[in-house]
Amino acid sequence: MNLIVLLKQVPSTESFVSVGEDKKSVKTEDVKWVINPYDEFAVEEALKIKEALGGTVTILTVGNDKAVEAVRTALAMGADNGILINDPDAYNCDGAGIAKILAAALKNIEYDLIIAGQRAVDDDNYYVGAATAEFLNIPHVSMVIKEEITDKTIKCTKTIEGGSFVFEAKLPALITTQRGLNEPRYASLPGIMKAKKKPLDTKTLADIGISAADLGEPMLTIKEVKKPSQREAGVMIQGDTPAELAAALVKALHEEAKVI
Amino acid sequence: MRVLVITEQIDGIFRKVSYEALSEGRRIADAMNCEMTAAILGSGIDNLAEDIKKYGADKIILADDPALAEYITDKYVLTLADIIEKEKPEVIILGSTSIGKDIAPRLCAKFNGAIATDCISASIEEGKVCASRYIYGGKLITDVILNRKPAFIALRANSVSIKEADGKGEIEKIQANMQDASLTFIEKKMDAGKKELTEADIIVAGGRGVNEGDFSAIEELSEILQGAVGASRAAVDEGWRPHSDQVGQTGKVVSPNLYIACGISGAIQHFAGMASSKVIAAINKDEEAPIFAKSDYGVVGDLSKVMPEVIKEVKKIKG
Repeated sequence: MNLIVLLKQVPSTESFVSVGEDKKSVKTEDVKWVINPYDEFAVEEALKIKEALGGTVTILTVGNDKAVEAVRTALAMGADNGILINDPDAYNCDGAGIAKILAAALKNIEYDLIIAGQRAVDDDNYYVGAATAEFLNIPHVSMVIKEEITDKTIKCTKTIEGGSFVFEAKLPALITTQRGLNEPRYASLPGIMKAKKKPLDTKTLADIGISAADLGEPMLTIKEVKKPSQREAGVMIQGDTPAELAAALVKALHEEAKVI
Repeated sequence: MRVLVITEQIDGIFRKVSYEALSEGRRIADAMNCEMTAAILGSGIDNLAEDIKKYGADKIILADDPALAEYITDKYVLTLADIIEKEKPEVIILGSTSIGKDIAPRLCAKFNGAIATDCISASIEEGKVCASRYIYGGKLITDVILNRKPAFIALRANSVSIKEADGKGEIEKIQANMQDASLTFIEKKMDAGKKELTEADIIVAGGRGVNEGDFSAIEELSEILQGAVGASRAAVDEGWRPHSDQVGQTGKVVSPNLYIACGISGAIQHFAGMASSKVIAAINKDEEAPIFAKSDYGVVGDLSKVMPEVIKEVKKIKG
């Protein structure tokens, strides 16, 4: 089973991100960079499938020199090899360009199953996974919390608001992860040592047969990045007993805020 | 020029966000001085067209076909692709639901369009399609121009108001596109009677401070208020609540009228997921909890003692 994980390096969710000087970008100089949490689920699931059915796990990412860390972390978790598409022409792409690059890279690789995060927790646009599947002309199932592979078929449970669906797809296919799919393992010390020797290929756009012109302009132009209106501390409800506190709170919500 | 709104119905009931998408679609169509088409997919859905008419659709395309009885990605995507081919919309609006996020990126890639997901508003400025959306799980907002056509705007639930409007309401019926069969529908399970978090007007949420993970008071209060139950990541990690209840940067982003945070300290990741709530009330025994700095109403107290009293008081109001 050839398993591919699409991975993105993002600022950790504990990071304070702020608006850049130009008001059109996000300041990320001081943040801690990690594997996108939804992609960690993808790495873990690929490793689980490999353990059950055999095969190899390849990490595929588009990024700059810094992204090497994220790939090495995935290799330390147990992935077999990594491919980093590192090309200045890709640095300013948004999802539209990234999905094209990933699809171009995948056209030269054998795969049975591609696993991606449902979204990256930085730009939150939910585009790349499904779009990559479209460009490769393979089926996708998004927000998967459970999967089972038999023969050349994958059966997936996908979450929706208030319930779930079970779909079956013929392989090769792409799935995206949902919280609840698994608990990602930590990289062990021996894993970290081994990861240093695992193959990590760095490629340019030319290497995978795509040019900057093929990517087109970004699909979104950012006019402004801003902070949501800052909430301020309101009223601390006063009262000597739980009953008094509760009565004052409910009165405020009912009569003042008029929300209940 | 045309605006297409893709509605979402499950078992004959529209998602609330579909009405919001229609209302926003009508506004955009008026700004562009063009017509709006609404698409409904399903089986035995004749009666649903009437429901949509009052939100100002000029044309309602009913893809009423037994093959579409249950949502399945490929058949829905291909049938919608037929509709897009035919209607040639410049702007496509739909709800930013799990299904919306399943369909829209795939269609967007197919038509080489642009997509903005989890938008809180859309507009036409100097002829350009613009949208506002949260990024970093709600920590920042970005205003974007969608550079390609069609421009897909996936609207986050509870972000725009529902408004009735006039439209021609002509109905056209089409069949499903069956050319692809790479996916097979096996089954669907819906949690009966459970209110969807992202669409709820009131959310009562619990965190690590909920004594021994007992959510019964939170559930009771949410039920009396006809709201939904939410949870912090800590509560989900403890196994007290399902993953689908998680509010925050790696969970759901919600915008209810009232968010009652019970025993939630207010980590930055949690706050990102609920900061756009209209009113936030917090109950926490730790007066230093960061949640109080961002709440409209704060109560310092023991949840197990305060909650039963809150329930009593709310019952008085609700009669």
